[in-house]
Amino acid sequence: MPTLNDYLVLSAVLFAIGTAGVFVRKNLITILLSIEIMLNAVNLTFVAFGRALGAADGQIIVFFVMTVAAAEAAVGLAIVIALYRHRESLNPDSFTVLKW
Amino acid sequence: MFDLFAGVAVIASLLVIAQRNPIYSVLLLIASFGALSGLYVLLDAPFVAVIQIIVYAGAIMVLFLFVVMLLNAPHEMTEEDIEHPLAIVRSGATRLGGLLALALVVELVWALTRHGGESGVFGNAAVSSVAAIGRLLFTEYAFPFEVTSLLILVAMVSAVILARREGGPDAAPAGLAEPDLSRAPAGTEGDR
Amino acid sequence: MPASTTLVLAQIVLTLFVFVMLLNSAAIMVYVERKVAALLQQRLGPYLVGPKGLLQPLADVVKLMFKEELRPAAADWFLFGLAPVISATCAFAAFAVVPFGAETTFFGLIPEGLRLQVADVNVAILVVFAIASMSVYGIVLAGWSSNSKYSLLGGLRSSAQMISYELSYGLALASVLVVANSLSLTDIVNRQAGAWWGVLPRWFVFLQPLGFLIYMTAGVAETNRAPFDFPEAEQELVAGYHTEYSSMSFALFFLAEYINMVTVSAVATDLFLGGWHGPFLPESLGWIWFLLKVAAILFFYVWMRWTLPRYRYDQLMRFGWKVLLPVAVLNLLVTAAGVLYFGA
Repeated sequence: MPTLNDYLVLSAVLFAIGTAGVFVRKNLITILLSIEIMLNAVNLTFVAFGRALGAADGQIIVFFVMTVAAAEAAVGLAIVIALYRHRESLNPDSFTVLKW
Repeated sequence: MFDLFAGVAVIASLLVIAQRNPIYSVLLLIASFGALSGLYVLLDAPFVAVIQIIVYAGAIMVLFLFVVMLLNAPHEMTEEDIEHPLAIVRSGATRLGGLLALALVVELVWALTRHGGESGVFGNAAVSSVAAIGRLLFTEYAFPFEVTSLLILVAMVSAVILARREGGPDAAPAGLAEPDLSRAPAGTEGDR
Repeated sequence: MPASTTLVLAQIVLTLFVFVMLLNSAAIMVYVERKVAALLQQRLGPYLVGPKGLLQPLADVVKLMFKEELRPAAADWFLFGLAPVISATCAFAAFAVVPFGAETTFFGLIPEGLRLQVADVNVAILVVFAIASMSVYGIVLAGWSSNSKYSLLGGLRSSAQMISYELSYGLALASVLVVANSLSLTDIVNRQAGAWWGVLPRWFVFLQPLGFLIYMTAGVAETNRAPFDFPEAEQELVAGYHTEYSSMSFALFFLAEYINMVTVSAVATDLFLGGWHGPFLPESLGWIWFLLKVAAILFFYVWMRWTLPRYRYDQLMRFGWKVLLPVAVLNLLVTAAGVLYFGA
């Protein structure tokens, strides 16, 4: 039987994987994907705590987090498209100059 | 079951950040979301599980896939990647990032499990029905619910505007040199 | 045998039965489509293979099995092979939560009633919707991995069409949900038992006529059938996302399309047409009514394909976003207001 601790450890590991992805990868899309991993880890924590406390509030917050993640993914990808159209590169290191 | 889903989620996430090809990253992330959905079912949250598939795996990831395909994103093989594939031994920010993630996981696991193993066994809570969630959404959380709809509207509008070509939808794509036919050729201007 | 083993055995047999029947239904649909198309176009259709051409699907399957399996050299081999598998798997999986008969004990062979449904989930509508949204991946991956411009364009167009019509599909489902007060398909069907004034059956199609139309339109667009089949039309785009596929991979796409049609019809029957409830037969034989209703909707599908002209892609997208979606939202609002007012 998995306990609450098991779920929390799992979500900590997933969150760390997402953080590693944001720092290590040099591809804008993969960075966005790592942010999604982090958001999912947080969702798992919410649902686990909601279940442990016997309230449905955890699931409600997950609902809102998912909506915010969707909005952020849409806008983030639009920005990536605009950036790519300008510099033809998805490497964040090529966007170091402030001049557009 | 928990071990299976947890294993799939962790391995898929690791592969997401390790893959070179962004399309494989997206597909592996979908697999990870599927495993998380299974974990939600184990946590007696079937509604969230199905919504995870519909919204995350079925809509957001399709958006990612579209963008990756249309941008024809190249693989990011730099010389550094070939020399030092492991993140921790690479120089500069990447080494910091790898070490930071390692420190983060150690710290989080310590902080979250400080009270020992016995606390945290799940009690016998009832499976929350969709009706209960709906009722909560429209009474206690009604304000965030309405604000979320505004947020989605703003996101839609901004996504359309940000991804628009410069000069409006009828402008020529960048890189296509259009001959300027509105003026007469240079030699016929006459003496000025 | 102890009761639980019998139940487990019965469940396994039921699952296998549903799987085999879905395969058969695809074969029957192949024959029905060609025969009905022929009769609508005042010609004979298949009549050589077997009596009245009834063995034609068998001949088609044998032909497809013996064709050479081509694989373009520039194609991404893993995704190329994965895409038809995703399509077919999602098509079959969506039918797992659709109930097609009342609880039955098979003439007393098993101790307690076994619902004729592979998996009894109490969020069944959402599961159907979720699996439908996963089937987009089969198409988009097929288009991408074939590495050919017809396939890529067809795949992207097709998946954009599918995700656009998913919204209206979901809103039509939501309006049924508001009327029926439950997400479980079995509950929804059971609410449609009986008749008003002894004559008009309590089907939701009479309470939600607009919802039914929206659902059928979105369903036809979801399954990429005419008049919304621009992305895979032969005259427009060679064959869209399955241009580069041959033999069994193509057969899998073909199969997935027909089984998606069957699933959409089955869910429409459960949601709007009263499922397995019908006048003269007892409850345990209700699956006969279910089959008749599903067959009627499938006939409409085929009829529409060979009668209506095809929508152009931009007309199709404009229709989905500017007409169907506002109508679906309006339908949901009116339904919610009606339920609030009449209190039923």
